[in-house]
Amino acid sequence: MNDKVLIQVQGLKKHYNGGEVKALDGVNCEVRQGEVLVIIGPSGSGKSTLLRSLNLLEIPTGGTIHFDGVDITDPKVNINLHRQKMGMVFQHFNLFPHMTVLKNMTIAPVKLLHKPQAEAEKKAMELLERVGLGDRAKAYPSQLSGGQKQRVAIVRALCMEPEVMLFDEPTSALDPEMVGEVLDVMKTLASEGMTMVVVTHEMGFAREVADRIIFMSEGVIVEEGTPEDIFEHPKEERTKAFLSCVL
Amino acid sequence: MSQIWQHICSWFINFGEQLHFVFIEGDRYKQMIAGFCNTLKITAGALCIGIVIGVVVAAIRSSYDKNRESMKLRGGFFYRFLGFLNAICKLYLTVIRGTPVVVQLMISYFLIFVSAKDGVPVAIFAFGINSGAYVAEIFRGGIMAIDAGQFEAGRSLGFNYLQTMWHIIIPQMFKSVLPTLCNEFIALLKETSVAGYVGVIDLTKAGNVIAGRTYSYFIPLLTVAAVYLILVVILSWLVGKLERRLRKSER
Repeated sequence: MNDKVLIQVQGLKKHYNGGEVKALDGVNCEVRQGEVLVIIGPSGSGKSTLLRSLNLLEIPTGGTIHFDGVDITDPKVNINLHRQKMGMVFQHFNLFPHMTVLKNMTIAPVKLLHKPQAEAEKKAMELLERVGLGDRAKAYPSQLSGGQKQRVAIVRALCMEPEVMLFDEPTSALDPEMVGEVLDVMKTLASEGMTMVVVTHEMGFAREVADRIIFMSEGVIVEEGTPEDIFEHPKEERTKAFLSCVL
Repeated sequence: MSQIWQHICSWFINFGEQLHFVFIEGDRYKQMIAGFCNTLKITAGALCIGIVIGVVVAAIRSSYDKNRESMKLRGGFFYRFLGFLNAICKLYLTVIRGTPVVVQLMISYFLIFVSAKDGVPVAIFAFGINSGAYVAEIFRGGIMAIDAGQFEAGRSLGFNYLQTMWHIIIPQMFKSVLPTLCNEFIALLKETSVAGYVGVIDLTKAGNVIAGRTYSYFIPLLTVAAVYLILVVILSWLVGKLERRLRKSER
């Protein structure tokens, strides 16, 4: 990890119904290059909204997000180019059901980065081998288990060679016995120095892998710190109350 | 026993003579074939127009519905322009789906294309415009039924809106709307039977004309019915085959 700030979030707001509902209410945070930032908090606390704002799947109603020094909330910015550098993994995998695993992985690099098909396939096969799915390249998503689907979803995002990976509760839709295989892939990724922002309920993963943890509640960041700070010496009452429920 | 046999034989001989009289004498079968060709021409032409209109209208309508919230926040000219297009599309759907196709056909022929000598292009136009409205709603339903996560996955990889539509949404949409679309094509084929209202000799009109000439309704009308039936069966079979081929990829 170095000190270069990759994503800088300032005063981020997401209000619905003219301010009646405040999913995010003035969030300030930063993501440094090479770090694993884990966002935890009770459901409805705005952690997914914050993550989805980072690549503008949710359009914030206020505040700014600087990615690589560019304010991506500026309507004049071509967000598609920035999204190419931000991989995203969803709770429900969202693989393309009408394409094989290999096609799922190669379509974006071929169409967007104009890589030759053969080169994109070679890269995709390497990644599939690494997550132990080399033999499933020709399968369709419906033929895979949940854990396999999520591993494919991760390597699909990696095919674009992103600068940061965003994980939106990647293990929440999985059967318990499949959670481990997905977390293992994420741990490997973290150890290789990938910048990651992870929204999760897996406290064990957060404690083990995170460089920094953000605890959110009711649309604001309540507490921020290293895993040790948050889990061993929480300062805020709301953090303590939440942790006593989940640990 | 032999008597029954004789009856059957004579009925068939009689039937053969009838057929000869109705279709072969005066080369009336040529009228039938010309009518058949016109029906196919009108259906195929209207189908093409309908699909083009359908795709455009469905794309505008669903883009507006899906992006309204986010575009309102970002504002700008494009949002207002899309809103304007959406309003036009809605008006088109309301008018076309709210009036009978025969009336639209007659308005096209007698009021819009007053100087048209041949009714066939006018019929293609009218049926195409009509079919477009129904196809548009079928496509829009198909697009809206696809999980929002598919859009998000496409956009998060860096595809723009149109690329996401083209590579990810439309192929899935097409598969799911195929049966409904087939239904619409069958309906269209049969609806063209009112083309006679504007002086087009289509299959139905040809059968009717022959029936009037020969004072024999039985054979011409049943023949017309049989031809439509065979066309529809062939069409359904082809679509079924296509559907099976598309579904294969998911098993």
